Amino acid sequence: MSDCLVSLEAVHFAYDPLRPVLAGCDLRIAPGERVGLVGPNGSGKTTLLALVVGLLRPSSGRVEVFGKVRATETDFQEVRGRAGLLFQDPDDQLFCPTVAEDVAFGPLNFGVPREEVRQIVARSLESLGLGGYEDRVTYKLSGGEKRLVSLATVLAMQPELLLLDEPTSGLDDEAEGRVIEVLAGLPQAMLIVSHHRPLLRRLATRVVRLAGGRIEPLDGQL
Amino acid sequence: MFDHAPHAPPHRHPSPLDRLDPRGRIVAAVVFSIVVAVAQRFPTLVVALAAAAAASLLARVSWRGVLRRLLPLNAFMLLVLVLVPLEVEGLPLATLGPLEFSREGLAVAARIALKANAIILAMAVLMGTMDVTTLGHALHHLYLPEKLIHLLLFTVRYVDVLRREYGRLRAAMKVRGFRPRISRHTYRSFGYLVGMLLVRSVDRSERIEAAMKCRGFRGRFFLLDHFAFTRRDVPFAVASLAVLVLLALAEWVH
Repeated sequence: MSDCLVSLEAVHFAYDPLRPVLAGCDLRIAPGERVGLVGPNGSGKTTLLALVVGLLRPSSGRVEVFGKVRATETDFQEVRGRAGLLFQDPDDQLFCPTVAEDVAFGPLNFGVPREEVRQIVARSLESLGLGGYEDRVTYKLSGGEKRLVSLATVLAMQPELLLLDEPTSGLDDEAEGRVIEVLAGLPQAMLIVSHHRPLLRRLATRVVRLAGGRIEPLDGQL
Repeated sequence: MFDHAPHAPPHRHPSPLDRLDPRGRIVAAVVFSIVVAVAQRFPTLVVALAAAAAASLLARVSWRGVLRRLLPLNAFMLLVLVLVPLEVEGLPLATLGPLEFSREGLAVAARIALKANAIILAMAVLMGTMDVTTLGHALHHLYLPEKLIHLLLFTVRYVDVLRREYGRLRAAMKVRGFRPRISRHTYRSFGYLVGMLLVRSVDRSERIEAAMKCRGFRGRFFLLDHFAFTRRDVPFAVASLAVLVLLALAEWVH
């Protein structure tokens, strides 16, 4: 079991005790897997991602990430250094004035020396075809560029696991294609929340569905 | 429709000033302003205004841009020039019925006008031509409190997001036929609009904090950029110092 990257067991969570969001949710992600997660609006997909990195805590159940049971803030600080969460709205993620600073934010927080950070910034941007974007102002980027820069900020932390929340929502066909191709070329295990069927067909090794607070397998219906 | 950024620095050709260390420009502008603010003699103030004008030539700021900043100020100064001579007692210059304009009052008003113009012009040239991000970082390196700088930088980053949010809500109201009138319905609707903006801002700030935590944020910012005081800055520093010494001599030694 501890060879799983993520293992949720009987996780319960509710924002409002009368309306539980997760009720006995089980999910495992093995190394190398790319798990697609679908489910109706408001079924708790984003909540589930937040639970994995400890932005929210379950009311009961077990959250095991990278082979260890995680419960305290300190536990999750380590998790956040190794799992990259891509937010649904890039405006939430990109808060620094310039692209380079935003990409550097994560590595600087983990105490990487400045010279090395500069190399990481250059490499992360280059790998997504964003070379030369360093001094661009984040709020002036297009939607597709913002999404890719957000991804660069996540990749700059060299994560072992990617948690992607609707990575292609709100993008036009061209930007969407580019994001999908970029993701397909990444080596990391992924948990992908998306309703976009072409994306799931191209990326996911299996797809699960979140409904009624539980995870159920979804086979052959895409 | 909501896409242009209102607070972007104006486009212009890079000037010799842009290559200078921003910290030097800020220190020069602040010290200049303090000296001008305490100076009282006319020769000093005229020299100060001339120095600020010379700096604006060096910075190659557009005359139109400078006028746009100075015009509202001087509209107000006109008011000062009319009202202050009425208030201050002294040798009468002119009388208009029961109103008496004094010589001393005119001198006080003229001093205020000269000071204000010199300071605004210097600020506009030395600091107004800097983009806000650079300004924030330079202030950080001048040891201003981090919290204030973060406030400035976050404001710059999110004021446009908020404006677009406001634009979307307003548009949504408009397409359903909302026209502001003097009515209870209008007040209530604007109340909802402002309330909704606040609620959304709080939500967004929580999401931003979550995103920052995910990247290891623990309450401290690390800046990537460092500024360097180079040989290019020496002439500027010498010139600024010369102007300040000249002002001090004119004011206190004459």
